[in-house]
Formats: sequence, C-alpha cells, structure tokens
Amino acid sequence: MSVSETVVQQAVVEPQERSVLRRLLARKLALFALVLIVVIVGAALFAPLVAPFDPNEQFFEGLTLEGAPLPPGAEFWLGTDLLGRDLLSRLIYGAQTSLIIGIVANGIAVAVGALVGILAGFFRGWVETILMRFTDLMMAFPALLLAITLAALFRPSLWIVAMVIAMVNWVQMARVVYTETRSLSEREFIVAERSMGAGTFRILFKHILPHLLSSIVVFGTLGISTTVLLEATLSYLGIGVQPPTPSWGNIIYENQTYFTSAPWLVFIPGIAIIALALGFNLLGDALREVLDPTQKGRH
Amino acid sequence: MSAASTTAKTVLSVRELKTAVATPNGQKIVVDGLSFDLHEGETICIAGESGSGKSMTALSIMGLLPEPMARVAGGSIHLGERELTGLRESEMRSVRGDDIAMIFQEPMTSLNPVLTIGRQLREAVLAHESVSRREADRRALDAMKAVRLSEPERRMTQYPHELSGGMRQRVMIAMALACHPKVLIADEPTTALDVTIQAQILQLMRDLQKETGTAIILITHDMGVVAEMADRVIVMQHGKIVEDNDVLPLFENPRDPYTAELLAAVPKLGAMAGKDPANVHAGDMLSAKVLEVDDLTVRFDLKGGVLNRVVSRVHAVEGVSFELARGETLGLVGESGCGKSTIGKALMNLVPWEGSIRVSGEHVVKAKTAAADRAYRRNLQMVFQDPYASLDPRMTVGDLVGEPLIIHGLAKGQELQDRVAGLFHRVGLTPDQMRRHPHEFSGGQRQRICIARALALSPKVIIADESVSALDVSVQAQVLDLLKELQEEMGLAYLFISHDMAVVEQVSHRVAVMYIGQIVEMGTRRQIFENPQHPYTRKLMKAVPIPDPALRRGVFEVPSGEIPSPIMPLGHDVERVQFLDLGDRHLVAQS
Repeated sequence: MSVSETVVQQAVVEPQERSVLRRLLARKLALFALVLIVVIVGAALFAPLVAPFDPNEQFFEGLTLEGAPLPPGAEFWLGTDLLGRDLLSRLIYGAQTSLIIGIVANGIAVAVGALVGILAGFFRGWVETILMRFTDLMMAFPALLLAITLAALFRPSLWIVAMVIAMVNWVQMARVVYTETRSLSEREFIVAERSMGAGTFRILFKHILPHLLSSIVVFGTLGISTTVLLEATLSYLGIGVQPPTPSWGNIIYENQTYFTSAPWLVFIPGIAIIALALGFNLLGDALREVLDPTQKGRH
Repeated sequence: MSAASTTAKTVLSVRELKTAVATPNGQKIVVDGLSFDLHEGETICIAGESGSGKSMTALSIMGLLPEPMARVAGGSIHLGERELTGLRESEMRSVRGDDIAMIFQEPMTSLNPVLTIGRQLREAVLAHESVSRREADRRALDAMKAVRLSEPERRMTQYPHELSGGMRQRVMIAMALACHPKVLIADEPTTALDVTIQAQILQLMRDLQKETGTAIILITHDMGVVAEMADRVIVMQHGKIVEDNDVLPLFENPRDPYTAELLAAVPKLGAMAGKDPANVHAGDMLSAKVLEVDDLTVRFDLKGGVLNRVVSRVHAVEGVSFELARGETLGLVGESGCGKSTIGKALMNLVPWEGSIRVSGEHVVKAKTAAADRAYRRNLQMVFQDPYASLDPRMTVGDLVGEPLIIHGLAKGQELQDRVAGLFHRVGLTPDQMRRHPHEFSGGQRQRICIARALALSPKVIIADESVSALDVSVQAQVLDLLKELQEEMGLAYLFISHDMAVVEQVSHRVAVMYIGQIVEMGTRRQIFENPQHPYTRKLMKAVPIPDPALRRGVFEVPSGEIPSPIMPLGHDVERVQFLDLGDRHLVAQS
C-alpha cells in the first residue's frame, strides 16, 4: 500500500473514530467512568510520586498507645492499618496489583472464554462436544480448589496468580458466548450469508463477532470485580500476592478481624474495588451503545 | 345486518379516542380522534396497513397499553354505562375477560407453555367468577366443546406444544369466551394460520357469535377476511379513520381514495382468469431451461430415546421434480409444513438433499470445494421472507449489497461502489442511502435491498421464499411489479414460494401445488386456477377469503381436521404419488 493510499484511508477512517469518542464524551455517565478509570490507572502508574509514604513502612506514631490503628486524620489521610502503615499509600500501590489482576487476568479469561464459546457455538458437532464438556467440567470443579492446586504447583508471584485466576474465570464467558453464538448462527441473516457463499471466516468475524461484542464487553467488565476479589481470597489463603506487597484484596483480608473497631480498613479498599468495577462497567455499557449502529438516531 | 344494528343495544361506545406514544423526538399521536359504536351481535373490522394504529386502538380499549410509554391522551370509552378510560388497573382487570376479551395473532406466545390447556382454561374461569373448582372445570370443558375441538377431554390434559396452531387459536377463543364477554377483540387472529385453518377459525367465530350474540372487533390487514366477516368496516391510516361504512357499500363504492387504493392493491384470486401470462422470455422453451430438479428428496432424522438413536424421520420433500425456463416464474404453493421452503433451502445447498439438481444444464454435485460451491451459487440466489431478519443489522446496506461481489471476488474499490450504486438505482433506491443501516428503512425498502443483493451476482434463477408475505398490500404490489420488471429486463427465472394463492396467481407462469412433501398438481396458471383437478388444490382455493362481500359464503365449505404430519417412524416410507397428464403438461396426482 502506497503512502498516499494510507493517508486517504486514514482520512476516511478518522472522522468516524473521532465521532465515536465525541459521542462517548457526550454521555455524562461515560465521562464519569472515564474519570474514575483515569484516576485509578494514574495512581497506579505514578504511585511513587503520588503516595505520601512508603507503603511498607510501619510508623511508630501510626498506632495509638493501645496499639490500635488510627482512623482517618490530618497526617494519615485514610488512617493506618494494624501494623501502623499508611492506608492511602498502600491503597495507591495496591492499585498496581489489582489493575494487573483485573485487566490482565480478566482480559485473558475473556479472550479464552470468548474463543472457546464462539468455536463451540458455531461449529457444533464434535468441536462443540469436546469444548463444552470441558467447560462444564471446569465449571463443576470448585474454582477455589482449582486455584489453590494451581497456585501450589507454581511458586506464587503476581503473574502466576494472574494466570491462575484467568484459568478459573474463563468458563462463564465461554458459556455466555456459546449460547449467543448458537442462536446467532441460526438467525436468518447468517443463513442468507451462507446462501451467498460466504466463507466461515467471514461469517464468524464480520457477522457473528460484532453481535457478540456487547455481551463480551458487559460480561468482561463485570469480571473485573470478580477477579479482584478472587485475588483477595487467594491472598488471604496465603497463595496470592505475597505480603508485604499490597493489593486491595489483601488489605481487606489482613484487616478484617478489626472490622468492628476499625471499619475504614475494610470499607475504603472495598469502595476502591467497587469504583474500579463501576468505572469499567459504565464505560463498557456506554461503549456498547455508542458502537452499535442499530442504536443510531434512536436516542 | 346494519339495519339490525340500529335497533340493537350499543355495548361499546368509543368517542374521540386519542392515544399517544412517547418517542425520543417527543410525543406521537398514534390513534387520533377515533369514534365508533359497537352493537350487540355486530362485527366491526378495523382494517389498515402496518402503523395505522389499529392494534393500538385494541390495546387502548383493553387498557393494555405499555404505560408509561403509551397512554390514552383523550376521549372516552364507554362499556355500557361504564367509563373505561382512567380506571385503575385493579378495576380494569375485572373488565378484561369478564366484559371484554381479546385474542392475539400468535396463540403459542399467548399460552403458558408449562401448564396444561385444562388448567389454563380453569384459571381463566376462576379469575373472574367465584365458582368451585369442579364447576370451573365443567365450564372449561364446555368452552372446549363450544369451539369444536376434537376430543376435548384429552385436550384438557395436553400442553400447548402438543396442539397445532389452529387448535391453539381455538383454545384461545375458548378461553376468551369462557366468561361470556360482551365484546371480543380479535387482533389478526388468523394471520399466522394456513388458509384452510383460517377458514375454520373464521367460521367458528361466526357460529359462536350467532349463538352468544357477542360483539366482535376484528383487527386485520387482510381485506379478504374483512369481506368475509365484517358488518361494518373502519379503515384507518396514520391513526385516523379515513372511512367508516357498512361492508357492502365500502367495497362497492369506496368514498375515500386511500380505501380505493387499498382495495385495488389487494390481489384477488381469480382476477387473472382467462388471461394468458405475459410472454415467456425465451422462444425455445426446451433449450432455455435454467433449472431442472429431478426426484429431489429431503429427509431429516429425529433422534430420541435413551441412546439418542434415529427413531423417526421428517419426510420434508419426497421425490419432487420440476423445471424452470429462462424468464419463467414457477409458483410453489402449499400450507405450512408442506416442504415448499425446504425445496428452496435444498436448492441453495443449505440442507442435505438427494436427487439431482441441474442449473443451466450442469449437474450440481454436493460441492466439495468452496470454489465450486461459489460458482454454483452465482447462478442461484435467494430472497427471504423477512427482509429485516435476513440483513445483518450492524452493517450498512451498501456493504450488504456489495458483499456478494466481494465474496465472489468480482469487484473492489471504486468499481464495487459503482456497481452497488447501480444496483440501488435498479431497485428504486438512491445511492446516497448506501451508508445507512437496515433499521433506517421501511419494510418495502428493505426487501428492495434484499433484491438488490440477490441481483448483485447476476444470477439466472432467484428463489423468492415468501418474499412479499410480510409486506403491506400496497408495498407488496410495488415489490411484485419490481420483480416483474427485472424478469422482463434480464430474463430472470423465479421460483416463487408462497402460501398466498392470489399472489401466486398474479405472478406465476406455471404453478405447482405441494401437499405433505410432494407435488400433487402442476401446470400452467390457467390450468391450475381455472381447472383445478386435485381435491387438495380445490380445497385450498375454496378456503381463500375473497375480498368481495357480495360473494361472501354463508358457510366455508372446509372439511374439518388438520394437515397430516410428514413425520414417519423409521422403516415407513411415504407412498409416492403417480402423475396423470391431463394434456399439455397439466400433471395431477392420482388418488
């Protein structure tokens, strides 16, 4: 492709893309979601610059005389944890871990699940039997037990934990995509495509996948909170992210015994998890509507 | 009847009814100033095309509008002395079923699939009257007998899926009439049914009205049904009444131009009698054969039992043979389940088939390679029934029309754009519409898009599977005209699959009548429509409602009963029909 052709193509494509972004920004909820995500991702990326303290430093003045954690105040904005560490700093560093888990692990789960689901739903026959029976098997197997087994086999590190979570979490996505692909491939416009002689590749990627995107986006964003929480569970059992590295999940679990006397230690990281999930969820929802041409001119 | 209605009691009186629907662009009035009186024992037909507000009228009267999206914005509805607008939901519930009952187009979706028919009927009785269970059951059984269901006791214990469409509609009517309502509103009650079953249901409604004196509001798009059933007709367009008159004068001498237009667009069975079809394009019939089908058979295995083995077979198509010449239209008629659509699918290689299919003299083998498959498809294209369902809603219509050209590698870049624009022109659309999506078009325009897509590969044969059935009559006439034009211009051959006898008569050069998987009669249009020989052909024609109230039949001469099933246990074979040639290739199955 010559340079001039590329330029022409870009010129053709650009206004469309810009209008998608503009349409997205025109929605208040989407804007709110974007702000949430930018704040969290920014905090994670620039943690050393943003965080007021070292997340692992145990402050002597971080505990009361009786040895109880401090509530939110002037020095430690969000209070301190059981060991006198600054909660805000741990939360900011913890965002790194939780984002990696929530985006990488969940991303892999979404990709694997969608692929398995679309292949099983479209090809049927023995492909369907093998893939879906395997999915059922994985579903029937207790996820936590599987995660524990896998984590025990490998030395726990952040990336291993991410892989383990991905391997446990793809099944639901596979189920959803499988069912939708099955009904889609029986729709009349797919039959019409076949009657014109369209190949498998074209039908799958030009006609079926675009219709699946909305479910994948919605289900995928929901998966972020699930995976963050699963990481927390694994951390609690000692096979997740190893202390003292903070993650939102293990902050909750480390401090949950003091839930009644120091509720902020559980609530604040909990709110952070919800904010992350909400941000991606709202963004996904808005994207789904903006990208769907059948919604054009209807709002 | 109209004379009687002036003395009869008024049961329902609607005045200046106004129904509004909230849309993103503000409020839209869908029913505007509707007024009418319904008398005891009278049948009013509300006729109109889609979007005319006829169904909204029914829902307004029933208080079933999807609030708050739609609401009654003004006017009054009097049931006897009682005002219905502004009633609370709880009060309205006692009116529904008790005083006004409704039946819908699709009986399957209106019945609960997990409850037996008997139980649903009993609940319908108990919901409105405080009687004992035993009494309710007895009433339910009476209702089943009243709608003349065969073996009513057994039907009570069956589930909806065990009944056919016609039987389900009978159940719906039984349910609606169980509490002896004063008014029955029937919204397209026979549209989803086959003609012979439609005739049975219409006859049943007439009989029941005579027995009970229930007043009926029949909502339909089918002027044939109107002519058969109505005492008075209200024609609606864009939410307004354009004409309100007794049935005879309305049909004889429509006052409003829209009514006249609507009546003129309705295909009438027998309208082509005595006329020979327009010239068949090619002079030499024999050499110009574009499609030859010989002994086509399609069977589907039904699995069952513990071991999931084949236990029975659907003999969808059994040994069907026909041929199609250049520029010719073969109409394929029959009722649902007769295998007519399966023939179309087999020709498109969408279902496994046996027998021989030749396109332009070349045998179609079940293509092994994608390339061979494509070469074959270039000559044969299909236009489906539902133009919306058969277009990918996420693609622009320009891309959709151009897609076959890309798949077959025939054009790209600017040439592709030009050819698509040319196709748009050809079917009466403008090329600047290419960038829009299917939902932005009307039903008729969408079907034009489908036709443009089928034309993209310049095929020799187009299979039109109920291609105009989902369209309003006026739009239907336009699409049929387009098809005819294209045929004359390009010498296209059509296999026109339809359940609508009148449309088939209008477009076909030759006609084949199908009955449970086999052709029972085939010949030229005049042979079939002017001299039908097979009893099934005759039965079909008798069942078609004629859009002329002067020719209304006192009783539909339709034998009761259902269409036999094409499902046979394993090992049983369908008996093949033998044809008798009555001369000049008029083939009739010997019985």
